[in-house]
Amino acid sequence: MDTVVVDRIAKRFDETVVVREISLTVAEGEVLALLGPSGSGKTTMLRLIAGFETADAGRILLSGRDVTGVSAVDRRCGMVFQHYALFPHLTVGENVAYGLAGRRMDAAARAARVTETLALVDLQGYESRAVTALSGGQQQRVALARALAPEPTVLLLDEPLSNLDPTLRERTRRELRDLIRRIGITTVLVTHEQEEAFELADRVALLLDGMLEQVGTPEALYGDPATAAVADFIGRVTHVPGIVDSITDRATVVRALGTTLQATGRGLEVGARVDVLLRPEALVIDPAGPIVGTVEHRRFVGAHDLLVVACENVRVEVLADPMSAVVGTTVHLSPSGVGAHAFGTPA
Amino acid sequence: MSRSWRGYGAAVLLLILGWLVLEPLLLVAIDAFRGTEGWTLEAVRAFVREPNEWRAAWNSLWIALASVLLAGTLGTALALLTRLVHFPGRGLLGALLALPAVLPPLVGVVAFLFLYGESGVIARGVMALTGATEAPWRFEGAGAILLIHATTMYVYPYLLVRGALASFDPALLEAATALGASRWRAIRTVVLPLLRPAIGNGALLVALSSLASFSAPYVFGGGFRVLPTQLVSTRLNGDIAIAMVETLALVALALVAVLLASRLGGPGVRGAGKGLAPAPSRRRSALTLPAMSVALVATGWLLLPHLALLMVSFVPVGAWTSSALPTAWTFTNYAALVAEPSRWQPFATSLWMATLAATAAAFLALLVALAARDPQRRLSRWLEAFLALPWAVPGTVYAIALATMFARHQPLTGRIILIGTLWLLPLAYLVRALPIVGRAVVSAIRGLDPALDEAAASLGARPWRVFRTITLPLLGPVLAGATALAFVTGLGDFMTSVILYTYDTRPVSLEILGAIRQGEIGVAAAYGVVLALISAGAFLLAERGRGQAT
Repeated sequence: MDTVVVDRIAKRFDETVVVREISLTVAEGEVLALLGPSGSGKTTMLRLIAGFETADAGRILLSGRDVTGVSAVDRRCGMVFQHYALFPHLTVGENVAYGLAGRRMDAAARAARVTETLALVDLQGYESRAVTALSGGQQQRVALARALAPEPTVLLLDEPLSNLDPTLRERTRRELRDLIRRIGITTVLVTHEQEEAFELADRVALLLDGMLEQVGTPEALYGDPATAAVADFIGRVTHVPGIVDSITDRATVVRALGTTLQATGRGLEVGARVDVLLRPEALVIDPAGPIVGTVEHRRFVGAHDLLVVACENVRVEVLADPMSAVVGTTVHLSPSGVGAHAFGTPA
Repeated sequence: MSRSWRGYGAAVLLLILGWLVLEPLLLVAIDAFRGTEGWTLEAVRAFVREPNEWRAAWNSLWIALASVLLAGTLGTALALLTRLVHFPGRGLLGALLALPAVLPPLVGVVAFLFLYGESGVIARGVMALTGATEAPWRFEGAGAILLIHATTMYVYPYLLVRGALASFDPALLEAATALGASRWRAIRTVVLPLLRPAIGNGALLVALSSLASFSAPYVFGGGFRVLPTQLVSTRLNGDIAIAMVETLALVALALVAVLLASRLGGPGVRGAGKGLAPAPSRRRSALTLPAMSVALVATGWLLLPHLALLMVSFVPVGAWTSSALPTAWTFTNYAALVAEPSRWQPFATSLWMATLAATAAAFLALLVALAARDPQRRLSRWLEAFLALPWAVPGTVYAIALATMFARHQPLTGRIILIGTLWLLPLAYLVRALPIVGRAVVSAIRGLDPALDEAAASLGARPWRVFRTITLPLLGPVLAGATALAFVTGLGDFMTSVILYTYDTRPVSLEILGAIRQGEIGVAAAYGVVLALISAGAFLLAERGRGQAT
C-alpha cells in the first residue's frame, strides 16, 4: 500500500494558484524528492501533506486513511523545518522528547527513546545541552531526531540541507541518505538542488509553476525528459532547431546541424519542426564528423573541458577531453547517440 | 480551539478594551459640547476667549517643541559618544546614563528641587559663599520645566539611538571612510540618516512625555500653566465643560505629534548589513580624552539631582540651616517611614494597586497578543489602535476621562460608580499599564517563528499545550520586563493619582508632596530613595529572569 497518496490536490493563495491539481504517490519506504525552483509550489505541497495548509480541492491519504480534513496535530507527520524550528528554551533532550508526551509511556521509556533517537543521529550524550549552543549541522540532526522520536509513518524534510555551509552539506547529505535508508522510513523532501534530489531520492517529482512536470527516477528525468522544461531544468542543454526525419521503435531521428541524430521524442510526426535539446555529451570531437564549427571558448571543468562551439548560426556546448581543442580553431563533431531530446515547437 | 471560538474571544476582548480605553474619551468629548440645554459651543468659546486658557495650550506646545530639541540633541549626542568612540569606562557610563529611565517622574522632580531649588544644595552654596541671606534665584517657570524635561527625557532618544547603533553595520562607516569621507562627514551623511527612525521615535516619545508632563509644571510652574496643570485647576474651580475642552485640546496636540512622527519615518538601520555591533577602534585617538571628559561631566551633571536626593534623605529635620552642605547625618528619616503606620501605609497602598494593575495588564496584554498575532487582520489593527490610545494620550486626560465615566450608574453603557471607591485608581493604573505591556508583548509574539508552533503541532501538541510550553515561555522575558515597567509606572504615578485618589488609596507620590509641604524634606527624600530602589529592584528582577531564560 502507498504510504502517501496525493489525489488531484489544488491550492491557491488569494488570486495566485500555487498548486494545480497535482497527484502523487509515495510507496512504503520510498524516498520522494519534490524538486523545483523557488515559487514552484513544492514547499506548499509539503505543507499540504503535513496539514499546515488546507487544500482547496483534492484528497490526501496517509497509510490509506483520508486525512484531507484532519489537522496537523492528528496527522503526526515527522517534519524537519528549513530553519529547524528547534524550541530555543528547551534542551536537546526536551526537544526530542516533545513529541513523546501524551503517549502511554513511563518516564524511563521516554528517556530511553530519547537516548536511542539521539544515538541514531550520532548525538549521544547531548541530552542536557542547550540547542542554541549547537553548530548548524548538530541543530539539523536534533531537528531530525525530534521528528523521528515519535516514530511517524512519514518523514517530511523542507530543504533539509540549505542552511548548512557547502563543505558540510555534502557530508551531511550522505549521512542523511544513509540514515533514511537504515530506518527505511517513507520520506518526502523538498529541495531546489538537483544534486540533492538525485542523491537522496528514489524518485524525483519535478514541479514548475505549480504543475507536476514529471515524476520518475533521476535517470529517467535526465535521460528521458517528458518536456523541454524538464530538460532545461535538469542538467545543461543547448537548443538547436530541427526537423523529424524518421521515427523508429527505439528513437526519433532528427535532422539538425546539417546532419541526422538520434533523440528521444514523444508524440512527434515525421516532418514536424522540433526544438532539439543537446546535452554537452550529445556531440563528440571526431575528425571525420559531419558538423563543423569554431571553438569560441574553453572552460576547464576537471576531468573534461567544456567547449562552446559556433556552428553556422547556433552555439553548442560540447564535453571534450582536456586540451583536445584550442580556442579559435576549427573542430569536427559527430553525434554520440545519447543526450539529444526532441520536442515539438508550437506552430 | 475552533475558529469561531477564537472569533468570539477576540470580539469580547475588543469590547473590554473599547470600554476601558475609548468610551471614557468619548464621554469627555460629549461633555465638552453639552450644556444645560443640549449641544453648545459655549465651552469652546470660553476656552478661546480666556487668555489664561489658550495660553496654557500654547505653552504646552512650545515647551514640547523645545523639549524635543533639547532632549533629542542631548540624548542623540550622548548615544553617539558612548557607542562610536572608545574610551575607558565607556560601558559603565553608558549604563549609568540610562538610569533615569527607571525613576518615577515625581522622584526626579523632587530631586531637582533639592539640587536647584531655593533651599537646594546649589543655592545654599552660593549663599554661603556670598554671605547673602536670601536665595539668589527662584527655580520656577518655563526655564525650570525645560531644564527638567531636557535632563530627564533625554533617555528616550538616548536608549533608542543606542539600540539602533547596536545593529549598525560598521562596514558602512568603513566604506564611507574608504571613499575618502572624513569622520564627521561619515557620521553626518551615513550614520545620522540611518538613525532617522530611532531619532524620530525618540523625539515622539519626548514630545508625548512633555505634553503629558504634570509633576514638573505642577511643582515648578508657579504662574506658568501648561494644559495638564491648567485643566486640573479649571476642574477644581468647577468649570467642568471648559476642563473637558482643555482635555480635548491636549488629546489633539498628542495625536498631531503621533501623526507628524509617523509621516517622518524613513528607512532604518534594519536590513543594512549583517547587524554586527560597531567596533570602534581600540586605539587611543585624539578623541579619547575629550570624549571621556565630556561623558564624565555629562553623567555627573545628569546624576547630580539624584545624588542630592540621596544626600537630603540623610539630613535630620532642622539640622541644615546656613551651611552649603549639611553637617549632621541620620537614619531617622528612614526609620520614620517604618515606625509610623500613617507613613508606611501609602507604600502598602501603592504596592498593591501597582501590583494588581500590572498583573491585570499582563493578562489582558497576553490575550490581545494572541488575538492580534497576525498583523494583516483588521481585528489586529483595531486592537493595536486601542493599545496605542492610552500610550499617546496624556495620563491626566485618562484620569479625568475615567473620573467622568465612573461617576454615574448606567450599567447598560458600562458605567458604574467607582469614584470615591478603592477601585478607580487601580483601574486608571491598568489603563496606563496596558500599552506598556501590550505593545511589547504584541511585537514579541510577532517576532516568534511561526514554524515553532507548526513544529509543536506536528509533534502532536494541541493549542493549549503549544501556548503553555512554547509561546508563553518564549514571551516570558519580554512579558516580565514590560510588566515590571508597568508596575514601576503605577508605583510612582503622580499625574493620575493626584486627580483620582481617595483617603484610602493615598499613594506614595502624594505622601512625598505632603511631606515637602510640611517641611519634612528629609522624609520626602527618603520616600523618593526607597521608591527609586524598589523600581530599580523590580527591573533587576525582570532582567535576571530574562538572563536565565536565554
